[in-house]
Amino acid sequence: MEKDLTNVSTNETEDILVVKNLKKYFPIKAGLGGKKMTVKAVDDVSFTIKRGTTMGLVGESGCGKSTTGRTILRLYDKTEGTVLFNGVDVHSLSKKELRKLRTKMQIIFQDPYSSLSPRLPIGEIIGEAVREHGLVPKEELDDYVTKIMLSCGLQPYHKDRYPHEFSGGQRQRICIARAIALNPDFIVCDEPVSALDVSVQAQVINLLKDLQDELGLTYLFVSHDLSVVEHISDTVGVMYLGGLVEVGATEDIFENPLHPYTKALFSAIPMPDPDMKTDRIILEGSIPSPANPPSGCKFHTRCAECMEICKTQVPEEKIMENGHMVRCHLYND
Amino acid sequence: MSEEVKYILEVNDLHTSFFTENGEVCAVNGISMNLEPGKTLGIVGESGSGKSVTAYSIMQILAETGKITSGEVKYCGEDITKWSEAQMTKFRGSKCSIIFQDPMTSLNPVFTIGSQLEEAILLHTDKDKKQAKERAVEMLTLVGVNEPEKRVKQYPHELSGGMRQRVMIAMALACEPDILIADEPTTALDVTIQAQILELMQDLQKKLGMAIIMVTHDLGVIASMCDEIMVMYGGRVCERGTADDIFYRPAHEYTKGLLRSIPKTDNMDEKLVPIGGTPINLLNMPEGCAFCPRCDAAMKICLKEKPEEYRISDTHLASCWMNIKELYEAQGEGKNE
Repeated sequence: MEKDLTNVSTNETEDILVVKNLKKYFPIKAGLGGKKMTVKAVDDVSFTIKRGTTMGLVGESGCGKSTTGRTILRLYDKTEGTVLFNGVDVHSLSKKELRKLRTKMQIIFQDPYSSLSPRLPIGEIIGEAVREHGLVPKEELDDYVTKIMLSCGLQPYHKDRYPHEFSGGQRQRICIARAIALNPDFIVCDEPVSALDVSVQAQVINLLKDLQDELGLTYLFVSHDLSVVEHISDTVGVMYLGGLVEVGATEDIFENPLHPYTKALFSAIPMPDPDMKTDRIILEGSIPSPANPPSGCKFHTRCAECMEICKTQVPEEKIMENGHMVRCHLYND
Repeated sequence: MSEEVKYILEVNDLHTSFFTENGEVCAVNGISMNLEPGKTLGIVGESGSGKSVTAYSIMQILAETGKITSGEVKYCGEDITKWSEAQMTKFRGSKCSIIFQDPMTSLNPVFTIGSQLEEAILLHTDKDKKQAKERAVEMLTLVGVNEPEKRVKQYPHELSGGMRQRVMIAMALACEPDILIADEPTTALDVTIQAQILELMQDLQKKLGMAIIMVTHDLGVIASMCDEIMVMYGGRVCERGTADDIFYRPAHEYTKGLLRSIPKTDNMDEKLVPIGGTPINLLNMPEGCAFCPRCDAAMKICLKEKPEEYRISDTHLASCWMNIKELYEAQGEGKNE
């Protein structure tokens, strides 16, 4: 097993992350003494991310996009499937090995208010993990934190201040600084700009892009804000009820969406342009409960182009041109 | 008076303050606006810009520490800030109602949907209990809630977010108000559900002919819904005009910055141009223009003096010194600033 550890940093393949048939089920109990059920939060998800690129993951709330991100990092244990990070199976590592790998994969959470400890000064928040992992010699730690803060647009003299003294945008910068201080290869950004004001969102998006260019980072960008995802991502995956319905290059997905769900989702984005009156496809009803998903294609209950086969058979992955994957019976002939 | 017909709601130089432990916070600082019957006015701004407080001031449902300090709110020509509490109670619900951002917390969890709807109807109309029940079912049908007879007996937790927001809209419209204030009605909802709710509001406006005041931070929602738009920053109006004025001919530096900073189809491959700095702290307002500390084009005068509202065209007004500077330049006067 020791051999694997050395591989962690040396085994640099082009595909930094390979997710194969990942499943994550949560057990729930319906009411007091009710029968046990499982929520299939992530159900058979497969994708790969190339080094140095950004993959966007979009979908409605409850579709499992955040759970996917967290299961990849092994913040949740998987139910089935594999996650290969730099060729190493994340879910088969021992605690010790995982701890070492943690520095290479980081996460930025949605809410910069609850994800920072209110009792620690921000210099400590940023430097704590670096010291714990012994990434820099003790005497250089202070300078290192200064360097990281500067690269994230924070003033180093703020080091002794506490999180409550900062605005939302500043706090999100602190979260980003905390993540990149460990010199990671891969960061899961879980709705990083959703809690921020419109005028501040652009600052954070630009910072993430600059850091990517500088450090060659790879992002998994989870968001429900489709225009932000379109702006930042190289590839996009669309999720519905725990499963990926469509994956492809950003231009392909946005200009030529194939799956009826993707079409409806994109047509629902309100455009900041009064003359662009798009023909909105209004989906009926809301997303079904993941504890009791529909049979066959999970989207068939809301789909305008639903056929008989959709109600019974789960559609297979179909690869169209340019590696554009879609799971829909409309394209299976 | 002919004016009465023209505007259903007129707000003139409204000031609202909150008296907190840290001093007086002037959340709304001289707002003026007009609303024509059956039209939609959008109020857009960041958090803390005073857009929600403006809406609450119109309804006079401010928190205890809040007070309208000056200005007038005219409904059909009458100044309602002078009205008694009893008159206001009549006004709310039957003439003007509001839907809130969060449908999860604005419904009472211990009463059924039906009883909450009936309460509003019984309070504001002279219908009896049986008629109120029928009206409740009718309203739920109108807003597209399926199986309304069953829903009236259900509790809020049994409905999804989108359904609850529909119930809120049904409740707001049950007494056929002339004005509907929607305070971030879709912010807590998914895009697909948001599209449903926006479509519903537009449909209902066509059917019932009420005027809508749409309060939101989402420029996309504003663009697709509103006839007129008011952009707010730091408790003041930056700019107001038709949707075309604001989106195609923005005149205030803040509006311009805001439009530059959002990802759109035409700037997908470029870097976004963010507005620098952080949103304003109302306890510590600058002397001059509220946006001046974050403005790239700020001049000396911006620091010292509040810009006056300047009329650019019949429909378009902006409060920015840049416009006045440009005017001078256009007139060919060599010296300005």
